[in-house]
Amino acid sequence: MSGHDHHHGSYLTSKGALFTNIVDWATTVDHKKIGVMYLFAILFMFFLGGIAAIAVRLELVHPVREQVVLTVSGPLVAPIMNPSALTTPDGKTVQLEPGKHLVRWTEKDGNEVRQGEPMTIAAGKKVDVLDMKGKPLSVDGKEVTGTFTADTTTAPPTGGVKTSTTVKGQLLPKVFGKTDASVAEGNNIYNRFFTMHGAIMVFMVIVPSIPASLGNIFLPIMLGAKDVAFPRLNLLSWYIYVLGSIFAVVSLLATGVDTGWTFYTPYSSTTDPHHWRVVFMVLAAFILGFSSILTGLNFIVTVHKLRAPGMGWFDMPLFVWAVYSSGVIQVLATPVIGITLLLLVFERVFDIGIFDPAKGGDPVLYQHFFWFYSHPVVYVMILPGMGIISDVLAVHSQKKIFGYRAIAFSSLGIAGVSFIVWGHHMFSSMSEVASTVFSALTFLVAIPTAIKVFNWISTLYKGSIALTTPMVYVLIFLFLFSIGGLTGLPLGTLSTDLHLHDSYFVVAHFHYVMMGGTIMALMAGLHHWWPKMFGKMYNEKWATIAALIVFIGFNVTFFTQFFLGTRGMPRRYASYPDEFALLHQVSTVGSLLLLVGFVIHALVFAQSLMAGRKAPKNPWGGLTLEWLADSPPSEHNFDHEPIVTHGPYDYDTTVPPHWDPKDYPIPAENLARAKAEAH
Amino acid sequence: MTTLDPHSHAGTGSAARWMKYVHGHHWRTQTEEFDGCKLGFWLFLTTEVLLFGGIFCAYAIFRTLYPQAWAEGSHALNWKIGAFNTAVLLISSYTMAASIYSIQTNQQKRAQMNLIVTFICGLLFVGIKFALEYVPKWSGYFLVWDPALHHHTASIVEGKTALFGLFQFVDGYGGKRPGALFDHPFAVDPHVPLWWAVYYCGTAIHAAHVLIGMALIARVYFKSRKGDYGPTYYAGVEITGLYWHLVDLIWIFLFPLLYLVH
Repeated sequence: MSGHDHHHGSYLTSKGALFTNIVDWATTVDHKKIGVMYLFAILFMFFLGGIAAIAVRLELVHPVREQVVLTVSGPLVAPIMNPSALTTPDGKTVQLEPGKHLVRWTEKDGNEVRQGEPMTIAAGKKVDVLDMKGKPLSVDGKEVTGTFTADTTTAPPTGGVKTSTTVKGQLLPKVFGKTDASVAEGNNIYNRFFTMHGAIMVFMVIVPSIPASLGNIFLPIMLGAKDVAFPRLNLLSWYIYVLGSIFAVVSLLATGVDTGWTFYTPYSSTTDPHHWRVVFMVLAAFILGFSSILTGLNFIVTVHKLRAPGMGWFDMPLFVWAVYSSGVIQVLATPVIGITLLLLVFERVFDIGIFDPAKGGDPVLYQHFFWFYSHPVVYVMILPGMGIISDVLAVHSQKKIFGYRAIAFSSLGIAGVSFIVWGHHMFSSMSEVASTVFSALTFLVAIPTAIKVFNWISTLYKGSIALTTPMVYVLIFLFLFSIGGLTGLPLGTLSTDLHLHDSYFVVAHFHYVMMGGTIMALMAGLHHWWPKMFGKMYNEKWATIAALIVFIGFNVTFFTQFFLGTRGMPRRYASYPDEFALLHQVSTVGSLLLLVGFVIHALVFAQSLMAGRKAPKNPWGGLTLEWLADSPPSEHNFDHEPIVTHGPYDYDTTVPPHWDPKDYPIPAENLARAKAEAH
Repeated sequence: MTTLDPHSHAGTGSAARWMKYVHGHHWRTQTEEFDGCKLGFWLFLTTEVLLFGGIFCAYAIFRTLYPQAWAEGSHALNWKIGAFNTAVLLISSYTMAASIYSIQTNQQKRAQMNLIVTFICGLLFVGIKFALEYVPKWSGYFLVWDPALHHHTASIVEGKTALFGLFQFVDGYGGKRPGALFDHPFAVDPHVPLWWAVYYCGTAIHAAHVLIGMALIARVYFKSRKGDYGPTYYAGVEITGLYWHLVDLIWIFLFPLLYLVH
């Protein structure tokens, strides 16, 4: 098994016929293959969740309005036709007061007839109901004005007024072929779409994204290990992820869940009565939690026990530190969501009351349980991303990371603080003292986070920065994540949170952190390690263009939502006052730009896999151990167990091994200039 | 957690299988592998403690909010059955520990005997839990010395007994689907159903853990009969033991909280 003469194929080498390969991949315990399977599953889920997001954004292009059309039958005399009351679509009767509401002809002659004046209306004439300002009449925020259409064909001799309702500005029901959906039906579909978006993106994309894919592939290699500590457990965690995803997708295909991704009671305990969709969705999150626990547990033991000879804790790459810290959170927080969701399932299946107030339970208890997990878990989402940033940033600026220990300990610090801030999700349902304490604790998170950001920026200072796609994504991360982090402060402040909570400000804030942070870091890591994972280079130019489109699209989408939120647009509504229309439309255009950017990325990756230039061992001049392995690595990662002789970022004292400056992707025009200068 | 070298089956010598155990290829030594397994399993036990932590937390909060309901609920439980089951689990914990010691000292027969006793104790625990606690509450037939009977003497149906008069029927209790069970008509305090929700969730999830533990013990027993474990390799037994002790420990907390504290 050892010796240079013995050639190992890469882990991607075909094992034979197609079926053999399928069996090989399905039963593999190789952390790289499991990581690759995770990676593609997560990217697929990201696509699904993204489609749901686009659907939500398209629905928001126009505010949903109910329009009441009054049909006047028969020739009428004005006092009869002049309705003293209108019935709104929800069955409410609105008294029309003379002098407040106007009935206006829209005949060709433009005659205007005031309410109460006797006037004969011929059949087939149209009449508008207007308010005193001459605008369409609006009652309780609903446009009840419409057109009186005198209908001669079905006219009863006495005449009368009939109201019927149409809905405008609705998109999603029409997509499903339901052209006459009421507002409530449309809202129901909208609720299902944003729940689908949230649930997929949180449980199936962001939580496993970096640890399960890139972490799985690179954590052991970066430690110089042959595999993770428990390879078969790793495979089990992958299948548990698949099982959980199946549960979720089945629930979604069966018209989905309308509870929001948080499954708050009593939504989750009362909606869909006698149906299993909520139960399935909650079980999916429960099952996915197990996958997360097993991955985290595996990584912790791997880091403790399988480091290469010579690698002390402070010789580990910061990506490993970050994945280790998030593993700690996964292990400690996930069981709590496990029991919470299990109790929720029991509550529904056995009809008992723990969280449902109608059965004597306490819905706020659910929120406490839920956020005791779900707040720490947002750091599971972001910590590995921060680890990627530390690594990629140092490599692509060829500079020793500034404040290694500070970054490493700030990861642990964030993991620790993450467990004592959950209350800030429920400021309005706690005592003032508790809220104040949670608010103060929340601000603590800013300290380790800021330590990281300052250290990253200090690392960039005087580094030789190569604007490769990974580096572009690092800079995008720094920009977006800083905005995301800083907008968290007004949400942690009680007085401002009172105004901003449950508004689009919150939506924008967590998208800046989760997508602008984690997904951008994932993109950075994906491009950084793509040559190592698949042995192929990607098209730098198009990848950079896509990155810039994503950057612009992201800001157009979400920066507008800060304005929407501060102006009072609440989250999770399909409709809104007309004043918000422009901002919503801008945001939707941004989301389509994001789609374009990601599609280009997908094409770039596909092109790389099919026809990419062969990747060298160390295309970026990295010093961490994965760059000692082949691209793609062999089955056992290394021919010999590597011995660590230098720190992961010792660019000041170490020449990168196997490093050839030619490997750098030098822009064509620079090469041309260099050639011209040489002549 | 471990990888058996397929070639070890091919050995023709008289050496036991545990002597030929080959550790996973990615570990440097067998000791490191064992340490790693133990560390991993302790982490897993942490997750179990946190899982039950949710139940205990719900118990504490509702108890603080509705002390009357909690007092009423716990009075309706038979502490003698609980105490007996506690003893059963404690004995099983001893035999489990003894089986690990026996393996370490290569007393194979004794280890297997201890595993069998542990398994039987687990079976006894679940059986008692089910037959004497759950089923009476579902069917309406209570043990004659169950305190729940004496709480509701008015509803006892005279002459309607089962199993040689060992069980006495209480009207209004049985024959309901589980959901309605938690809202039985004898409840004085409106929050008593909450107590039953916590009781059933806590004990049922614990019982599920006992069953999983029994499955692990059975697995270890059959592997042990094949000679898989010995003084140099006994990770499976050790880890099953850790799990079993956790199951025991959880019950040690559940028992006083549910049965003894009023």
